[in-house]
Amino acid sequence: MHIDVILAAPIVFVSIMATASMVLDALKTKENGKTIFLFSIYVLMATFLLSALTFSPSSHFGLVALLSKFGLAPAPETLHVSGMLTVFNGMVGVGGYGCFFDMIFTLGGIMTILAARPFLESEKLEHSEFYTLILFAVAGMMLISHATNMLTLFIGIEVMSVTFYILSGYTRTNEKAVESSLKYFLLGAFATGFLVYGIALIYGATGSMDYATIASATHGDIRFPTLLLVGIGLMIVGLSFKTALFPFHQWAPDVYSGAPTVVTAFMSTAGKAAALAAFMPIIMVSLPAAMSYDGSNKIQMMLAVISALTMLIGNISALVQKDVKRMLAFSSVAHAGYLLMGLVAANPEGRNGIMFYSASYLFMQIGSFIILSVLERSGQTNHSLESFNGLSKKYPILAALMSIFMFSLAGIPPFAGFFGKYYLFTAAIHADFTWLTIVAVVSSIISVYFYIGLIVNMYFKESQEQEHESQPGLAAISLVLSTAGIIILGLLPSVVLSIAQASFGNH
Amino acid sequence: MLQTIPLEFYLILSAIMFMLGVIGVIVRRNAIVIFMSIEMMLNAVNLTLVSFSQFMGDSAGQIFVFFVMAVAAAEAAVGLAIVLALFRKKQTVYVDEVNVLKW
Repeated sequence: MHIDVILAAPIVFVSIMATASMVLDALKTKENGKTIFLFSIYVLMATFLLSALTFSPSSHFGLVALLSKFGLAPAPETLHVSGMLTVFNGMVGVGGYGCFFDMIFTLGGIMTILAARPFLESEKLEHSEFYTLILFAVAGMMLISHATNMLTLFIGIEVMSVTFYILSGYTRTNEKAVESSLKYFLLGAFATGFLVYGIALIYGATGSMDYATIASATHGDIRFPTLLLVGIGLMIVGLSFKTALFPFHQWAPDVYSGAPTVVTAFMSTAGKAAALAAFMPIIMVSLPAAMSYDGSNKIQMMLAVISALTMLIGNISALVQKDVKRMLAFSSVAHAGYLLMGLVAANPEGRNGIMFYSASYLFMQIGSFIILSVLERSGQTNHSLESFNGLSKKYPILAALMSIFMFSLAGIPPFAGFFGKYYLFTAAIHADFTWLTIVAVVSSIISVYFYIGLIVNMYFKESQEQEHESQPGLAAISLVLSTAGIIILGLLPSVVLSIAQASFGNH
Repeated sequence: MLQTIPLEFYLILSAIMFMLGVIGVIVRRNAIVIFMSIEMMLNAVNLTLVSFSQFMGDSAGQIFVFFVMAVAAAEAAVGLAIVLALFRKKQTVYVDEVNVLKW
């Protein structure tokens, strides 16, 4: 086998299997939903394994070492590992950073698919496309996190976005879902326009689309310095749309509250992590010189202001929401603001902080959305705050899990959310952005009000409604996974942090 | 061609086209016209890419254009399907009549 294919095995595998799932769908005629469901779960688990095996390409436990025993690959020692290891003519970076995010995306995909099956069955909408689309979305996200070239980045972002447009309107007879899909599509395509224009101008100014070449070009004389600055600005606008940062966040609450809950769970977590994974190499690897253009840190300052406003607006808007799904949507906007702090800090701590927080955010946000979808199926179709009254009596386990997710989202120790915030806040302080940290602390305190408010509703208010039987089904596995994730990340943060640290070992 | 017409002209033309596209997205309320404006933005970008590519004698820009066109085609397929689903549901393609969710 070609060494490039082995090193990029996670992406190659998931892309081929996503296509294969469509072929499989065409071959089988009965029980397609179940077949493709099982197929995609296995594919995602195998992708997770492959990402772990290619995490450190030259190690003696990796995929290369394993295959070289059978003579299918060269010995791992022969790999050239000085600097960033890239394959396919410098289009795809392998190992480390990308693989860390791959694991986040595949876990998100597995949890979503498990939770989606009972939802789709109860809605009588179990078409196999759903699972195929999730596989394609994961493939797109992995392409984003592995990108070392603007072209790869663009393709990855588009594969992910186009599948999200379809998924958000998956329940196509539901008016809200169609509307959310339309809004997402129009604004997403609009953002794509800005993104490609930014890429085009950066290409024109630096003469290359490769991250490393752009980085070295920006250190020297640039042909069109103004075009470079405008290009960076446009690119930040485009990526801000995808990450839902202020002032481009307005679509997020509508889309997240209108889309089917399981899809929202996936879009608002893995999708956000992917957008951050795209942001990070661009800001930190290819444009550090351009960041301090003219000797001033204009772009860094701009990102800091965006970050501060994003978390304030997100949390203050969440405060006044009466609908829990919409409240969580606004809180996801606020969390994008926290994540951006790591980018503003632009130091290794900030980078590790983003990676750690993306992982913990995935577990807590996906978990809380999955609980909403379980409640939906047991007859609680509206997500108003009042409908959560007395939930601890009706469904004690769900209420307890929801409380864990809420405590973690609010950043209360010992859960994962606390350590994530802690790392990001200290990174910002070390980068001399103390004012940003103060804003972040204030906005987290605001957020405690509505997160704890939900817990108060669940535990200390009486319900008027009749008792129902809750049947989480397979969603229970996702809930167990996400709770376990939060607790493990919360109790042993250093393990994940050292993995995040190691992912830059060969850069 | 480019020996006679300087690069700036192409860049200015594509910037104007891009701005017209942006204005179209903001001003028009018909989902299909908004979509057409977005396509115009993408085509303005294509012009920029091709002219830079020709100017620098580097083929990467032209290859990128192919991908932009492919993505635009994929987006058109998905986008028109979404508009169709909307029309079936509400008999309208005007975005200001689509307001179940608060903007």
